[in-house]
Amino acid sequence: MLDSATLDRITAQVATAQAAPHTMPKLTEVYPGLDVEDGYAVQDRLLARWLDEGRELIGLKAGLTSKAKMEQMGVSEPSFGILMRDTLDPEGSIIPTQCLIHPRVEAEIAFVMKDELGGPEVSIDQVLDATDFVQPAIEILDSRFEKFKFDLPSVIADNGSSARFVMGGRPRRARNVDLRTIGMVMELNGEIVAMASSGAVLGHPARSIQMLVAWLHGRGRTLPAGSIVLTGGATAAIAVKPDDAVIVRYQDMGEISVRFG
Amino acid sequence: MALDPALIERAGDELYDAYRANSTIAPLRDRFEGIDIVDAYRIQERFMDRRLAIGEDVVGKKIGVTSKAVQEMIGVFEPDFGLLTSVMEVEDGRVVDLDRLIQPRAEAEIAFVLKEDLNGPGVTATDVLRATDHVRACFEIVDSRIDGWDIRIQDTVADNASCGVFVLGEDKVDPRDVDLTLAGLLVEMNGEPCADGVGAAVQGSPLNAVAWLANTLGRLGMPFRAGEVILSGSLAPLIPVKHGDSLIAHIGGIGSCSVGFANGGAAGFPMTDAARAIIKETAGA
Repeated sequence: MLDSATLDRITAQVATAQAAPHTMPKLTEVYPGLDVEDGYAVQDRLLARWLDEGRELIGLKAGLTSKAKMEQMGVSEPSFGILMRDTLDPEGSIIPTQCLIHPRVEAEIAFVMKDELGGPEVSIDQVLDATDFVQPAIEILDSRFEKFKFDLPSVIADNGSSARFVMGGRPRRARNVDLRTIGMVMELNGEIVAMASSGAVLGHPARSIQMLVAWLHGRGRTLPAGSIVLTGGATAAIAVKPDDAVIVRYQDMGEISVRFG
Repeated sequence: MALDPALIERAGDELYDAYRANSTIAPLRDRFEGIDIVDAYRIQERFMDRRLAIGEDVVGKKIGVTSKAVQEMIGVFEPDFGLLTSVMEVEDGRVVDLDRLIQPRAEAEIAFVLKEDLNGPGVTATDVLRATDHVRACFEIVDSRIDGWDIRIQDTVADNASCGVFVLGEDKVDPRDVDLTLAGLLVEMNGEPCADGVGAAVQGSPLNAVAWLANTLGRLGMPFRAGEVILSGSLAPLIPVKHGDSLIAHIGGIGSCSVGFANGGAAGFPMTDAARAIIKETAGA
């Protein structure tokens, strides 16, 4: 564990890189002792800093939820990050790319919780019971590291490459759809660029929330009622540039679109 | 320059003998100079005529090479097809005897069952919807009679589009009740998620693949009849299988299909928990 002063220094560096935005050297190269827990300690400090600035926490996100990404990073559980209210854009909006370095988009399922969830081992049923509704989401990722090259502690400190996210399409009650088999087709400027089934996320996106709640429990916390949870990209992450239009169609959940300016 | 009929016959007979002996042969493309896709379909015809002569009946067709990734891999821009016969069908939830296959791989697909004949050319996706009785989740267990799956388009077409056996899920759904383009697939192997996909991976929609088949068969003067089963193409990458494996495919809005794999003994039996336990115990033996 790095000392408090070092963690503060890293936090300031990440906050500046995100706000500018600009890239920074991989954190573990500068701070070889940085581990996963340090990464989350940086996230906690980022959150405190952003709350001080008057920003609001709106939810949490899971990342590295596909088997391919987990194997690539050598991990067996997702990484988690925080979502601020002012990073949620309405569907159909135009997202300015000047505020982004090298954005990529992923399609996924968002959960909106109605009840608080806590404990070491909540079941899928408990997750579904505590869910208000599920909805299509597009996450706009933007690593603050060159070419999205990072290791686990660095990406966690960078809040899981979180930049912005969009929710829209048709909300569904979680019990009224089979969340293992929602087909998703992503088109970039009219051409199919990515496809997936919602089960690409750990077999069922509610498993992301199960693991999130267990992880929160280990830190003495719960998942608050009203939280939005992004359960992790089901599709590959696709690079976008100014004037690109992205649309994702979901089986029985409508579609969601966003453009880049 | 088409291959000489004697060579077509010889290649078809080689594939038939390999099928009967459960063995493989060297790729045809290197040994039959100038072999093209038309020749390959004539070789397939010879291969399948020999199988029909020993009592197999045609029950439908399979469409292969439907995804962009596979088309790019073997250098073609359209699908291919093969015949399904009566001996290939395995019931939902049963164990496939690996001793009858050579180098099996599993594909999860959407199967169509026709209630009306489809006479191409000129068939559209709308005609396919009209003529379809129901769709089902299915597994096609592909297999190759070519050494080490070293195939180009001519090899796989001649080899009946690498068809092995197939399993139709019990759930039947009217195609008017489901968005086939956006139907999501999750495959679990031995209880763990192992592959996913979506209907759009097949020619933009599985309906397009079936329309392609109807039009291709129409041009060739081959029948496409009510009651036939059509395997429309894989939604996900191929999954290698071995003794002791069990697979289940869930397809959104359609249903599930499951299949187990074993050498000898347990083959043909339902995949009860007891059977699974026995297969698991002997796995790797």
